[in-house]
Amino acid sequence: MKLRKHLLAGLAFAFLATTASAETLRWGSPRDIYSLDPYSYGSTSNLAFLNHVYEGLTRYTPEFKVEPALATSWEMVKDNVWRFHLRKGVKFQNGADFTADDVVASMARVSHPTSPLRGNIPAYVSTTKVDDYTVDIEVNSPNPLFLNDMTNIFMFDKDWLVDNKSELPTDVGAKVEGYATHNTNGTGPFKLESRVPDSKTVLVKNDGWWDTPKHNLDRIEFMPITSAATRVAALLSGEIDLTDGAPVQDLERLKSSPDIKVIERTDLRTVHMVFNRHETFADGRENFFNNIKVRQAIDHAIDRQLIFKRVMRGKSHVAGTMVAPEIPGYSAELDVPTSYDPELSKKLLEEAGAVGKEFTLVCMNDESVNEEDVCSALVSMLSRIGLKPTLDIGPRAVQAPKRAGGKSDAYMIGWANEPTLDAYSILVQVLSTREGAAGVANYGGWSYPQLDAMVKKAALEMDHDRRLAIETEALKFAKDEVIMIPLHQQPMAWAMSKNVTDVTIRADNKPRHWLTRIGD
Amino acid sequence: MIVFLIKRLANAVLVMLAVALLAFLIFRFAGDPVELMANEQMSQADRIELREKLGLNDSFLTQYGRFVVNAARGDFGISYRNGQDVMTLIAERFPATMELALVATILSLLIGIPLGVVTAIHRGRWYSEGLQFVSIIGVSLPSFVVGILLILVFAVTLGLVPAFGRGDVVQLGWWSTGLLTASGRASLLLPSLALALYQITLVMRLVRAEMMEVLRSDFVKFARARGVPRRRIYFRHALRNCLMPVVTMTAMNFGSLIAFALITETVFQWPGMGMLFIQAVTFLDMPVMAGYLCIVSFIFVTLNTLVDIAYAVIDPRLRDATR
Amino acid sequence: MTDHVQPTTPPRQPSRLARWRQSDLWWSFTHKPSAIVGAVMLTFLIVTAFSAPLIAPQNPFDPAQLELWNSELPPIWEADGQWPYVLGTDTQGRDMLSAILYGSRISILIGVASVMLSLAVGLSLGLIAGYFGRFIDNLLMRIGDVLLSIPTILIAILVSAVARQMLPPELRDVGAAAVLVLAITLSAWVQYARTVRAQTIVERGKEYVQAARLLKTPARRIMLKHILPNTLTPIMVAATLNFGMAILTEATLSFLGIGMPPSQPSLGTLIRLGNQFLFSGVWWVVLFPVIQLCLLVVSVNLLGDWLRDALNPKLR
Repeated sequence: MKLRKHLLAGLAFAFLATTASAETLRWGSPRDIYSLDPYSYGSTSNLAFLNHVYEGLTRYTPEFKVEPALATSWEMVKDNVWRFHLRKGVKFQNGADFTADDVVASMARVSHPTSPLRGNIPAYVSTTKVDDYTVDIEVNSPNPLFLNDMTNIFMFDKDWLVDNKSELPTDVGAKVEGYATHNTNGTGPFKLESRVPDSKTVLVKNDGWWDTPKHNLDRIEFMPITSAATRVAALLSGEIDLTDGAPVQDLERLKSSPDIKVIERTDLRTVHMVFNRHETFADGRENFFNNIKVRQAIDHAIDRQLIFKRVMRGKSHVAGTMVAPEIPGYSAELDVPTSYDPELSKKLLEEAGAVGKEFTLVCMNDESVNEEDVCSALVSMLSRIGLKPTLDIGPRAVQAPKRAGGKSDAYMIGWANEPTLDAYSILVQVLSTREGAAGVANYGGWSYPQLDAMVKKAALEMDHDRRLAIETEALKFAKDEVIMIPLHQQPMAWAMSKNVTDVTIRADNKPRHWLTRIGD
Repeated sequence: MIVFLIKRLANAVLVMLAVALLAFLIFRFAGDPVELMANEQMSQADRIELREKLGLNDSFLTQYGRFVVNAARGDFGISYRNGQDVMTLIAERFPATMELALVATILSLLIGIPLGVVTAIHRGRWYSEGLQFVSIIGVSLPSFVVGILLILVFAVTLGLVPAFGRGDVVQLGWWSTGLLTASGRASLLLPSLALALYQITLVMRLVRAEMMEVLRSDFVKFARARGVPRRRIYFRHALRNCLMPVVTMTAMNFGSLIAFALITETVFQWPGMGMLFIQAVTFLDMPVMAGYLCIVSFIFVTLNTLVDIAYAVIDPRLRDATR
Repeated sequence: MTDHVQPTTPPRQPSRLARWRQSDLWWSFTHKPSAIVGAVMLTFLIVTAFSAPLIAPQNPFDPAQLELWNSELPPIWEADGQWPYVLGTDTQGRDMLSAILYGSRISILIGVASVMLSLAVGLSLGLIAGYFGRFIDNLLMRIGDVLLSIPTILIAILVSAVARQMLPPELRDVGAAAVLVLAITLSAWVQYARTVRAQTIVERGKEYVQAARLLKTPARRIMLKHILPNTLTPIMVAATLNFGMAILTEATLSFLGIGMPPSQPSLGTLIRLGNQFLFSGVWWVVLFPVIQLCLLVVSVNLLGDWLRDALNPKLR
């Protein structure tokens, strides 16, 4: 017994002794990245991580304005052609020069029909090389938001892709691994040292980065810790320096620890409850959600204040409109949450003849903040006005296909308007009729020609303020029709050891560790 | 002897074929592989092409045959979740699980055997009855509860050891080991203890039962009568006699230990095969599930076959008893 | 202490109760404190679990009864505790006492059902294999071999994950318990079948069975009337211990998120949900279900342990 105690103490000492290296950021994240290939999965968190290794032609400033990255300048040479002038002297991490050929190859790869990221650049048509450091990109509308979308399209080295037979996105059917799934060759501030999926991914500083680094990190150790409790324990015991997913319920506890600081704010992501709007439900039952009174009844039955206070611990922003205040197109007049009025709800339900109707609410337990509790609360509130909802909850990987296939009666969706950062994103991708690149996330299958017309008008409107006015009008229409029920902008919280002196956290909740400093 | 060997091996192969059938059924029929693989924007034509490409339109036997041949070569396809080769994924995690299970086994022997001896020799004393009682609690505590409690006490409250992960690992060829670094060893402590707890109680109970039986046997009585010192009787004669069943049980249980490790791995975020499997289960990543099932069963069957053969070598009478 | 108990049958033939009290089993029971503790505890837990609809203040399965305003109330003895939430409430306003009682009921039901089902399957297949021998014996035992070469927990996880996926969503909640029973049974029956088969082969060779066969007694009758009773002792021990294992397996699957859904939480589900809040100061949402689960399994195992020792003279 005594021996074991000594052993324990000895091990603990040895453990503490090895953690003192100051330039290493040990970063505990709620989920692992899916792949090292930025074109493999349209996930915001995956792309945000890979942005440390790869870069796009454009990037955002802290104020979410577009600024030059791998392109130094751009202009419209024709009505529908953007000309990008590339930065000279940029080298990939394998030593190759960054040139126009690389842009052509990258754009071909990302726009290939099997690329999951194709939907992120709806306006893209084609790319032509002008000279070694100039490319022309043809688009289908002159909308300047294309530059915003390009912040998320990262540049590959053409020869590297060719040498490793990865000119096309990884084909799931081919039963062979894609080379880019395991290997990286970007231009970014960090390069990959090693990766063990679900365990640890190590990035080290790229000394040949073209930009002047603001960070002082030599090394980033990225460790996915899925259990919220374990993440907190790891931070408290000093095994990690920072987590970008501190659970809201543990913030008080973390704040009370003298070595930990917490940064919190609300996210750009607006969480909505959404309805199936096809003629009938997937199983052929009559779809009562097509009656606006049912949708209004549900809207009034949700006690948003209660969810705000209890489930979100007073840290969310209760939403009255479908976009966050930071998103262009937002208007404060619209952002008035629907009143909580269960009596009115009951009356509306009765008028609609929908009392006692059953439906299933599809939720995910690894998507938005405390979604399991939010959905349980919704089910409980809707049960009380006389509906009979059941909860279908599971991981995103299992639930997302149900939602996308239009098979669910009702579902949750969070929309951050990434990477466009403009209400146009939600209007065209979620609220518009499903047709071509429009309405890709209109899983409910509704169609409002009036709304579609407004969205088309906004796309062609070159004047910034007039465009936003049209967008606001469209959002008001969507709210009046109760197409979706916005609940809140969820809270986000990062917690870190006091050792982390400088960290940039913005409303898009993306890590930007090329701006992080430690120990000074 | 050779006939016995052949029979035993044929049996093992048969069992593996059946396991492969099960794995194949899971892979092929639990959810449509095309639906699980395809991304949300894939067109209907692409889906039909993918179905053809994957050979899902071939006859059942052809598909099963192909699965078995590929599995025998260690080819289970690529993971739906992260597009990696399943065998590589499992091989990467294999050392982590192996180290955990081995250390847990060693712990269970180191702790279980002495406890078993003590409770057998001092039968009826309060502490051995107490230990018996504690051992029942030991088998009754769910291993995830044990894990949570250990984390809460030793990692969070006392801050002695890490709460998750494997610490720093050193790469020796394809084998990654945590045994060579201080943080690796510290990280191993709690998970291996949590995993070993059940095994400790099993070893303790087995040793106790065997010891008590040996102590009643004639040769011990005779030795006692001749005045051989007690200590010598207990440890030289009695204990030696009951080690064989303990070794057998340990070998045969090693497979289940690897399987049970998946709970411990989940609680401690230990990056082993078990955590990979649980992730595959939640993400419906069928190729990984099928691959894991085949590999764990292979370890299990191999160990059992080896134990049987070893027994047959030691005790020829058993050859006839086993068909 | 037995004076006031009146025998209900004529004194010449001692009542079942009286015979039972004179048995070795009863003697060993009264002389084993841990067995008494186990029996009392288990009885209490079963009775309270099954009277849950009568004594629980809330029906935790009815979403309309959950009140988010009352979420995270501490137990009654803490400063903010509120009647009737004796053990406090969880993050969704679910009364912990009710949740635990209903949860235990699910855990016990799944345990009992899977033991019953595996007994039924195992006994009949074991009898058939042992009595008829030859091909059918070979086939059944090979199937058993295959099932035993996959660790039980793995079978259970695979079956419940796969079966849940194949169920239509509206049946998923209702079917969850049935899937769990099936998943546990699939590997548990083999042990019974093997025990019964071995015993059957021994008994089959004995004179009384040979005699019955000569008298053309139907095989079913021989098996049920003569052979089965002789195999019951080891089966009883195994069944008790497996009951404990079944409860543990169910809890483990639910903890891993592939067992009972949060809308009908078993003890394992409650622990999974509570585990998220381990550091949030709401210790009661995880501690009470853990205690209840441990008490349940410990009491079953105490009984099983006593039965094994009492029925297996080798160890006494």
